[in-house]
Amino acid sequence: MEHIRVPKVENVCLVDRFSARKKVVGTLYLTSTHVIFVDPEGHKETWISHMHIGSVEKKTATANGCPLQIRCKNFLNVTFIIPRERECQDVCSSLITLSQPENLEDLYAFHFTASDATNRQNGWDFFDLKSEYLRMGVPNDNWSLSTINKDYELCDTYPRFLYIPATASTPIVLGSARFRSRGRLPVLSYLHRENQAAICRSSQPLSGFSARCEEDESLLQGIRKANPSSKYMYVVDTRPRINALANRATGKGYENETFYSHIKFKFLGIENIHVMRSSLQKLVEVCELQNPTMSTFLSGLESSGWLRHIRSIVDTSAFIARMIQEGVSVMVHCSDGWDRTAQTCSLASLMLDPYYRTIEGFQMLIEKEWLSFGHKFTERCGLIAGIEPKEISPIFTQFIDCVWQLTQQFPMSFQFNERYLLTIHDHVFSCQFGTFIGCCEKDRVDLRLRDRTYSLWGYTSKYTSNFTNPFYTKNMEISQPTILPTVNPQSFKFWRAMYCRFDGGIHPKESITDVVCAMKDQIESLDDHRKLLEKALSYTRLSLENCGS
Amino acid sequence: MEFAEFIKTPQIDGVALCVPNQNSVEGTLCITGHHLILSSRQDREEELWLLHKCVDSVEKRLDGSVGTLTLKCKDFQIVKLQIPSIEECLNIAASIESLSNIDDITLTYPFFHRPSFPILEDGWHAFAPEAEFNHIQSHVGSEWRLSQVNKNFEVCPSYPQTVVVLKCIDDATILKAAAFRQNCRFPVLSYYHKDNGMVLLRCSQPLTGPNGKRCREDELMVNSVLGSGRRLRGYILDTRPLNVTKLATSKGGGVEPEAYYPQWRRVNQSIERPSVLQESLIKLIEACFDVNTSSDKWLSKLDSSGWLGNIKDALTCACVAAQYIDKDFGSVIVHGSEGTSTTLLVTSLTQIILDPDCRTVRGFEALLEREWIQAGHPFADHCVKSCFAVSKQRQESPVFLLFLDCVWQIWQQFSCSFEFNEDFLIVLFKHAYASQFGTFLCNNERERARLRVKEKTISLWSYINCPSILCEYLNPLYDPNGSVIWPSVAPQSLQLWTALYQRWQRYLPAQYDVWKQIVEVKEKNKELKSRTVKLRKSVATNS
Repeated sequence: MEHIRVPKVENVCLVDRFSARKKVVGTLYLTSTHVIFVDPEGHKETWISHMHIGSVEKKTATANGCPLQIRCKNFLNVTFIIPRERECQDVCSSLITLSQPENLEDLYAFHFTASDATNRQNGWDFFDLKSEYLRMGVPNDNWSLSTINKDYELCDTYPRFLYIPATASTPIVLGSARFRSRGRLPVLSYLHRENQAAICRSSQPLSGFSARCEEDESLLQGIRKANPSSKYMYVVDTRPRINALANRATGKGYENETFYSHIKFKFLGIENIHVMRSSLQKLVEVCELQNPTMSTFLSGLESSGWLRHIRSIVDTSAFIARMIQEGVSVMVHCSDGWDRTAQTCSLASLMLDPYYRTIEGFQMLIEKEWLSFGHKFTERCGLIAGIEPKEISPIFTQFIDCVWQLTQQFPMSFQFNERYLLTIHDHVFSCQFGTFIGCCEKDRVDLRLRDRTYSLWGYTSKYTSNFTNPFYTKNMEISQPTILPTVNPQSFKFWRAMYCRFDGGIHPKESITDVVCAMKDQIESLDDHRKLLEKALSYTRLSLENCGS
Repeated sequence: MEFAEFIKTPQIDGVALCVPNQNSVEGTLCITGHHLILSSRQDREEELWLLHKCVDSVEKRLDGSVGTLTLKCKDFQIVKLQIPSIEECLNIAASIESLSNIDDITLTYPFFHRPSFPILEDGWHAFAPEAEFNHIQSHVGSEWRLSQVNKNFEVCPSYPQTVVVLKCIDDATILKAAAFRQNCRFPVLSYYHKDNGMVLLRCSQPLTGPNGKRCREDELMVNSVLGSGRRLRGYILDTRPLNVTKLATSKGGGVEPEAYYPQWRRVNQSIERPSVLQESLIKLIEACFDVNTSSDKWLSKLDSSGWLGNIKDALTCACVAAQYIDKDFGSVIVHGSEGTSTTLLVTSLTQIILDPDCRTVRGFEALLEREWIQAGHPFADHCVKSCFAVSKQRQESPVFLLFLDCVWQIWQQFSCSFEFNEDFLIVLFKHAYASQFGTFLCNNERERARLRVKEKTISLWSYINCPSILCEYLNPLYDPNGSVIWPSVAPQSLQLWTALYQRWQRYLPAQYDVWKQIVEVKEKNKELKSRTVKLRKSVATNS
């Protein structure tokens, strides 16, 4: 509260980016959690969570007042004109402080209390990784559960339960972990029940120019042999070759095919977090263009490279999925194995397993591949002050975008809709829920998030019908269990509803999905009504008959 | 002329047919006077039944004893035929090339086609100008009239015999005014906005020329539109880029000088010329078919094709016209040079925006008849070839396709406001380029009359309006929307029409399944509604 210098400013003008004529004048309020703009004439309120604010900028004052531009992590971009420069300065510096809490424990989730009687526990106990691996048929003869990391001592960014080849002994596991960047050794991510082909994930090996590690080599052999029907396995390095080569100079690198027998090694060329960050920034600039022509928009879209990156992620994931489908196990890594590896392993699983395409299964996928395997949400999303700007990167945003691209190609294979993807994306940044706070499982245990915050999954479980895709056809699980997308560049679309979500004017005015949902809802209530009427009818008939007799 | 002289190999066995995303089929290939037919004979079903007229270009590749023909079609379909004999392959290629390029319209398939369906209503008479005028007569009867000044096409060869003009202008004045307009396309009524009485007119450019010629009769004709009643303000919308207008002036054409048309404001809202649109489509299709390219190259080719930009220009121009009419209480005259291409694009799109009737199947058909077919859009010249081959005259231009694409863009944004679906637009596109029906034949009504098209061929509307056919083209989500619809023309709102330009995309069939589902949901909803109504009644009568 001490950060709020002015709680209320009158006569603030909200600028409409698309028409300078449409000016809305209202009152701006600063609360401890939100900026709220109230438009008294239009009876409209604009709420911006402090946590969503990515940047606040005071522009040069004009005769009308002083513009304040707020750019949000959910791609809301607004400019307010505040009459007096002094007030604008105060609002600006308040917001900068409020949007960047010093500590994790200052985040909104630790103060948030649900307005309804939601149980704080709700959602935290939905997922249990052990039961998810059981669903895949693990442990079994070839794969076993290892508790060697139960205190996060072997690898502090991994989950406490690890699934490894049954043949891997403790010395092999310890040796391999020592040979992998940050101890992130190769472990099981997904087992394809039909053919026992497995996706495994790890970080890069500390191979330098020539180092080798017998334990690591035998762990990989163990992974290969856990899939008895295939004579070889793939090791996929999702990085561009040049990046992997450069890493050798720092004692890291990639697997040498001559040391690891029966592996096929492949680079797949997804760019690093820095390239992705600047790509998104360019994309946002394109979306912010004033009166763009078709050409400035398309050339801006092209030079942002965003769709190229989305395509390379989907392409790589489709390669992994195809190999698994063909019965070949794949080991995936990038540098640390928590960005590109998380993206591609989760997308490949999504293509292979219909369960992950349900509302619940998608949460499980995020829990497993992103939360438990240590995607650094706090850093990549820049949740608190003091995070190095070069650690921030839209890795999870890209994942959500890739999922959306798949939903476009397979409109009946997903139980959830676009709103679900947008909601998850919003709450990664909103910090209203504890789900995405911290950088790994250990962080979350240490912070006791389960006891102190709400889970996003508890919240979404109450609104399932809002998130349901009306075209979802359960039969598709059987008729088309694996969905391998088309990856020609023409198949990738700019996701307007994500990046231009708040530019009201440019979206379709009549949504097919909404209309069909409404019809389906109506069918349900009509059916209830029909049952009621039939009951009433049979009752009256019965009583008539009784009267007659 | 006998078709037989073009057909050296009427039939050959063992031909393999390859269509993208389908297994190849082997069968017997037959060449008839108008069709290319491939049948595997196994289930007695024709796998391919293609009008020669639909073939845009034929490419031959000879490899040993096998010849491969790649037929690139005007509807962007690509068909590959593997023929087990070089000689026969060359014969067939030569046949298709000759038969797909027959210039004489009376030898085309519509003149031979006999309908296999009962004609409930003859499409040739469904949209006569008189009938169309009847719809608005009660609103405009005191002010506008039907004129037979163009009887026997004596004044303007590209206009129909009956046109709608101001009542206060007599035919003698029209005659003089017509001489002042290119190809005598004098101003005629295109649309009357019932909401506020504003009007939309179209014509060709005035022959002002570099010396600023004027014509009192034309001035009278144009100026009389305003001044009476509520119509005080007018806009003359020139669809040409400024430099094209200037060039046209130096060559004898030009614009209406404001001094002589004082109540009219001149506005340039440029749309590319037909020849530029053709280049744009060629580049677009080339980019769409290049699947092995990179993301960056794809976007840069899409950009440099300019196609989406052309859509934006056309929609913007139509929105501007609609805005003048609906919001500014102004009347609008649209013209470019000849008034047969971009002019019609703008007047018809404006009506889609303003007039809910045009968003029904029948209203849309009427719109096409009024604003394209009877208005003299040169279909024969513009659609003689498509994007894979160009004719010697280089007259082809996808103006009509651009129109359909613009309608599709609006349809995307207002998916419940149209009675028809996406397939309806696609089927119209196909028939404009190759058809068994006569609707899109010839360049204007005069040519149609001369060749007796209406007596000798069947109208597309006779076919499409058969209930059993039409049901394929109805939008299950149609919910009549009586208001003006304002499409967004922001670049983010305009999309590439995948189902048309990228019909080979493997994921497209899923979209069709989605629509099937929508139909099912709709039907179930309807059925339950009627059942509950019945139940309610019987509950009421029983109690």
